[in-house]
Amino acid sequence: MWIDVAIKVGLAMVMMLIVINIAGIHSWVERKQSAVIQDRWGANRAGFTFRAPLLRWLNPVMRPIIYLGLLQPLADLMKLVAKENWSPVGGMKWLHASAPFFYLLFAFVGFSAIPFGDTLHVAGRDISLQVAHLNVGFVFIFAMAGLGVYGIVLSGVSSNNNYAFLGAVRAASQMISYEVTLGATVIGIVMVYGSLDLQEIVRGQGALLWGWLPKWGVFVQPLGCILFFTAALAETKRIPFDLPEGESEIIGYFTEYSGTKFGMFMLADFVETVMVAALTTTLFFGGWQFPYLHASGFVFPWGAQVAVGHYGVVAIQVISFLIKVVLFCWLLMTIRWTLPRFRYDQLMDLGWKRMLPVSLANIAVTGLVILLIEAL
Amino acid sequence: MENVARKPGTVTPAGAPKRGPLSFWERIYVVEAARGVWITTVHFCRNMWRHTLHLVGLAKDKQAAVTVQYPEELRYVPPRSRTRHRIVRREDGSPRCVGCMMCETICPARCIYIVAEEDPDPNIEKRPKRFDIDLGMCVFCGFCVEACPEDAIRMDTQMVDLAAYSRNGMILTLDQLLAGEPAAPREATNALGERVHG
Ligand code: SF4
Ligand code: SF4
Repeated sequence: MWIDVAIKVGLAMVMMLIVINIAGIHSWVERKQSAVIQDRWGANRAGFTFRAPLLRWLNPVMRPIIYLGLLQPLADLMKLVAKENWSPVGGMKWLHASAPFFYLLFAFVGFSAIPFGDTLHVAGRDISLQVAHLNVGFVFIFAMAGLGVYGIVLSGVSSNNNYAFLGAVRAASQMISYEVTLGATVIGIVMVYGSLDLQEIVRGQGALLWGWLPKWGVFVQPLGCILFFTAALAETKRIPFDLPEGESEIIGYFTEYSGTKFGMFMLADFVETVMVAALTTTLFFGGWQFPYLHASGFVFPWGAQVAVGHYGVVAIQVISFLIKVVLFCWLLMTIRWTLPRFRYDQLMDLGWKRMLPVSLANIAVTGLVILLIEAL
Repeated sequence: MENVARKPGTVTPAGAPKRGPLSFWERIYVVEAARGVWITTVHFCRNMWRHTLHLVGLAKDKQAAVTVQYPEELRYVPPRSRTRHRIVRREDGSPRCVGCMMCETICPARCIYIVAEEDPDPNIEKRPKRFDIDLGMCVFCGFCVEACPEDAIRMDTQMVDLAAYSRNGMILTLDQLLAGEPAAPREATNALGERVHG
C-alpha cells in the first residue's frame, strides 16, 4: 500500500520535474529564439562575477552561461518575487489573489493523465509510467482545461477593472469556442483506437499500417491533427490567438496583476504550451512510441531485428516522448514568432464556421471509413 | 521567398503592389502559415549556423545579428555628424574663443552661457571666463559651429553617449569643453570585424 503511494508520488514528481523544467526554460527559449529569428542577440548580459579569491575560478565557467543569457530567467524571477504584493483598490482581494492559483493548478493537474512511457517491470511490480491511470484520460484533461477558464474569469472579475473584465470575457468565449472543436477532433482518434484511455491510445499507435508505416494519429487522422493543433494553439492563448491578453495594445485579463501573481500567469501559459505539445504528441505522434520499437527491441519492416533489454526499451520510450514534446514546444514557439494576431471576429469565424464543421465532417468520414474497412 | 499574392504587372504607379483575390490555398491559411513557419525556421537556422561559425572564428564577414553590443562595441558615427562640442585651443593651450557671443546669440535653444573677461594678451580683446553649454537643452543644430568667427567651437568629438544623473550634470563647463579631443574617424566595422550599418 505505502509502496504504491510512494511510486505514485515518485511518478508525479518526475512529471512535475519534466513540466516545470520545460516550462521554465521556455522563458529563456522565447527570448533567445525570437532574437535569433529576428537577427538579434537576445539576452546576454544578466549575470555576476565572483570577487572572492576562493570562487574566482568559477568566472570562466560563468562567462558562457552569461553569454547565453541563461541567468536572465533568474533575474526575472528575482524581480517578480521582489515586487510589491499589490491588489487593486475596490477589487475582491481574496479572489484576486486566488485566481492565479486556480489557473496554474488546473494547468498542472491535466498532466497526471499523460503517459510518458509504457509499463515498467521492476522488482516484480508493473509500474505504468503515468501518474493517474484514468480510463477517461483525455476527457479528464479537457475538463481540467475547461476549469482553467475559472482562473481567468476570476482574475477578470476580481480586478475591478473593465479592461481586465473584457479580457476575461474574450478569453472565456475563445476557450469555450475552441474546446468544442478540440473535443470534436479527438473523437476521430477515439474511434480509430477505440479507447478514451490515453495509455491505450498510445499503445494502439504502436501498430503498423501496411506493415511499415507506424499507425500514428497523424497518419490516420491528418485533418484531425491539423485541426487539433490549431484549436489547441488557441487554447494556449498565445499569438496568433492572444486576444485575451494582447499585451502590446488591447489589455488583457491579468492587467491588474504584478509580481509573483503575474509570474504565475506567465508560468501557467508556458505550462499550457507544454500541455498542448504533450497532448499532440500523445494523441497524434505516437506518445512514447518509437517507430519499430517493440517490447523486445527493434523489429524493422525489412526483417532486421535488434534486441534491446527491458530498461533500454523504457528509456528509449521516455526519451522519445520527451524529444517529441520538446520539438512541439519548439514548433509552437516558432509559430508564435511567425504569425500575426487574428481579429476577434476572424477568430470566432474560424472557430465556429470553419473548424467546427470540418471537424464534424471529419468524424463522419472517419466513421464511414471504419465501417467500410470492417465490412470488407 | 517571393510573395505569391503579388502578381507581375499589377503594380500601381504609387508603387504599392495590388493584391489579387486570394486563391483557395491562401484562404485555408494552413499552407500560408506553414510557409511562414518555414521562413522563420530558415532564418533561425541560418543565424544559428553563423553564430556557431563565429564562435570557432569562421565566416566573420557574414553577419548573424545586426545588434551592436553597445558599451564594448561602438556604432560607426560618420565623421560629419554633429556630436558633443569642444572648444579648440590655440598653440599655447589657451582657448581660441574670443568671447564674441556669436554662438550664444544664434543658439536656438539658448543653452550657451558665456561670461567674457579681458585677455592679458594685448592682441586679443576678450577671452571666456565662463563658457557653459547645457546639453540637456542643446538640439545639436550646429549653428554655434557655423556662427563662430574664430572656428573656436566644434562638434567633432564623436561623443554621443551623453548622460548624467541630474539636469545640472548635463551642463558642460569650459574645462570640460577644452578637454574634448577630435575623434579619430572610426572604422565602419564592429569588434568582431563585421561590417556594421553606418
Ligand atoms: S548645437 Fe545648436 S542648440 Fe546646441 S549649443 Fe550649438 S547652437 Fe545651441
Ligand atoms: S562664437 Fe566662437 S569665438 Fe564667439 S563666443 Fe562663441 S565660441 Fe567664442
